[in-house]
Amino acid sequence: MNFSLDMLLQPFSHVGMVSKYAMLIAFIFLSISIACCTWRVVRGPMMEDRILALDTLYINAIAVIILLGLVFTTRVYFDVALLVAMFGFIGTVVLAKFLFAGDITK
Amino acid sequence: MMPLWLDIVIAVLIVSGASFTLIGAIGLVKFRDFQKRLHGPTKNVTLGLGGILIASIMYFTYTQQRISVLELLITLCLFLTAPVSAHLLIKSAIKRQGLALPALPPTSKPDQKN
Repeated sequence: MNFSLDMLLQPFSHVGMVSKYAMLIAFIFLSISIACCTWRVVRGPMMEDRILALDTLYINAIAVIILLGLVFTTRVYFDVALLVAMFGFIGTVVLAKFLFAGDITK
Repeated sequence: MMPLWLDIVIAVLIVSGASFTLIGAIGLVKFRDFQKRLHGPTKNVTLGLGGILIASIMYFTYTQQRISVLELLITLCLFLTAPVSAHLLIKSAIKRQGLALPALPPTSKPDQKN
């Protein structure tokens, strides 16, 4: 097996001549960002750090989903991104409310 | 095939959006305090996702020949919900850890205060 840059760029080649490099760089950056957030989820000294890292993690997941929608040129993934945004916010609010009040129905 | 200027604009938006997201996540790792750590994700990551969404709007407006509105819904949802969740988290941190505001530095002329 010989790895080359063209092999890495092959899934993005129909997006554009310049944007295929941009897509590769963006996926690498988002992967490092997700790794940083996961490290903070595992490490975080306070419970709020973990909730904040999970919040950042779902926003990164939305970014990855939107970029995948650009790669596959389909509109289906935007519904998924909208649902992830709404339910992620509800989850963050419920967890923060539980830490703050000790009860999520107050 | 896309014209070159649109290609370059989309590439710049995607790379800058991913860079802002990465900078926010690095800030989440590197800062020492929870109050400092709250700055990275709430501002940078939201801005980075906004850049990626604008790139997606331009790409699908060109390829499908109509204005796409669904990305604006995602943008609206995120820009409304990120401050609310940050406010709840910092309220919870202040209450649970007993964090108080630091005292003000001493003034140079305490006698002439009035």
